[in-house]
Amino acid sequence: MAITDTSPPGTNFAMGRYKRRKIGNTITMGLAVGAAVFGLLWLVWILAVLLINGISAINLGLFTQMTPPPGSTGGLLNAIFGSIVMTVLGMVIGTPIGIMAGTYMAEYGKGTKLAEVTRFINDILLSAPSIIVGLFIYTIVVVPMGHFSAWAGSISLAVLVIPVVVRTTEDMLNLVPGSLREAAAALGAPRWKVIVQVTYRAARSGIMTGVLLAVARISGETAPLLFTALNNQFWSVNMNAPMANLPVTIFQFALSPYEDWQRLAWGGSLLITVAILALNIGARMLASIGTKKGQ
Amino acid sequence: MTALSMTAEQSQAALATDGDMREKISVRNLNFYYGGFHALRNINLPLFDKRVTAFIGPSGCGKSTLLRILNRIYDLYPNQRAEGEVLLDGENLLSPKQDLNLLRARVGMVFQKPTPFPMSIYDNVAYGIRLYEKLSRADMDVRVEEALRKTALWTEVKDKLRQSGLSLSGGQQQRLCIARAVAVRPAVLLLDEPTSALDPISTSKIEELVDELKPDYCIAIVTHNMQQAARVSDFTAFMYLGELVEYGATDTIFTAPKEEKTEQYITGRFG
Repeated sequence: MAITDTSPPGTNFAMGRYKRRKIGNTITMGLAVGAAVFGLLWLVWILAVLLINGISAINLGLFTQMTPPPGSTGGLLNAIFGSIVMTVLGMVIGTPIGIMAGTYMAEYGKGTKLAEVTRFINDILLSAPSIIVGLFIYTIVVVPMGHFSAWAGSISLAVLVIPVVVRTTEDMLNLVPGSLREAAAALGAPRWKVIVQVTYRAARSGIMTGVLLAVARISGETAPLLFTALNNQFWSVNMNAPMANLPVTIFQFALSPYEDWQRLAWGGSLLITVAILALNIGARMLASIGTKKGQ
Repeated sequence: MTALSMTAEQSQAALATDGDMREKISVRNLNFYYGGFHALRNINLPLFDKRVTAFIGPSGCGKSTLLRILNRIYDLYPNQRAEGEVLLDGENLLSPKQDLNLLRARVGMVFQKPTPFPMSIYDNVAYGIRLYEKLSRADMDVRVEEALRKTALWTEVKDKLRQSGLSLSGGQQQRLCIARAVAVRPAVLLLDEPTSALDPISTSKIEELVDELKPDYCIAIVTHNMQQAARVSDFTAFMYLGELVEYGATDTIFTAPKEEKTEQYITGRFG
């Protein structure tokens, strides 16, 4: 190791400065490692508490029974179902809009005013608090309809999906070398075919990663659903009625004084966390496959 | 109108040795602008069918720019503009009425860096064909094999046609790109420094390939390598600062150039 080497090159003329530098290095490294450990500590702590409390709530009943009234046993089936339905629908609405907008910005509108403005607004939307999106959808969908609904929930999730997908699509398309587009155009391919058959293909894994990250983003969102889909104690597949979902159920059950509700909230929290973890790992794997293929 | 006399002169010189010289492309009074920058000045030049024409000159002289006009690939970018005439079989391809996709199907192009599409070797070659022809599976197989044989790639890839085009070596990728261009059955082949990113062995393979393709195409090649121009081309155009300094039979240009600038360049005194 370099630290045990006591005769540095340049002999002794600057030993004082050299030693000071080494001490400085040790201190800086110590601080950096400390900060990293401190940050990681909270994450591990959260995961540990979640695991300890959540694991005892995970059983078959959690996946097969409805949310119970206080004092009786039950599960989270309706909430799990509702979360999946609204997440999928949010993705189905948001992904095509996001990909098309991103495509416009990277392929057709490069350098135009419209693309610049769209990018700027998209970046604002990307960091907009989700509760504002929830309130917005409440105003334009829930109030005119007169009641909470799964549709409104899906739409508010879609609004959260769009900026994420727009951003990654644009970035990933910009990474595709222009020479590839020229090569396809030089064969006589019209613009849209170049984009769909060559550029998309080259950027596929990157765009897919963005879509998965968007799923991860919305699957844990509570605020936008609180104002739109609300919650439902019972099994419901009616898109025009309030629909149960995991985040709002967790919110409601965790704050309740009933111990069995609280246990279900822990179980639901663990479920969401594991799902998001899986999505992130999936996204990473997709991205690494993409970079390997690109080389 | 020096260009016209030059064209006639060259045609005659060539006619003496060969009977079937035909002017495939005629560049006439061509000017090109990148925004406000005047990149090509009044270029006049013939490109003959079944012959290889080399564009040489120092970096930034406009030789690639000239090549990129011949299939109007420059049209992908705003602010790039060509003036004058480029006749392909007598029709002006700079005309606004020219359908760009059909033009590019007739004028194939290979780029400096290999640009295989992120798909299988087979699909890379079939891509261009599928754009304009609906072929049965068997017919497509024949066309793909034909293109790969023409580019001497068939024996190397026939057992891995389903593998990604990106899995090939750089030299193989470049030959795949030539196969892809040839598969569409164009009349003209534009090669933009096709070997500058390749090793010497791959380079000589590409040069052999150009020789073998010559009987079927009108080929234009941009190169930085003067030996390469001397080896593969029948005609050479020397360009400098956006102007065509000298055009003539390659032998003449390399042994007895008329212009002092040409001689200085080919003997390596600048550029």
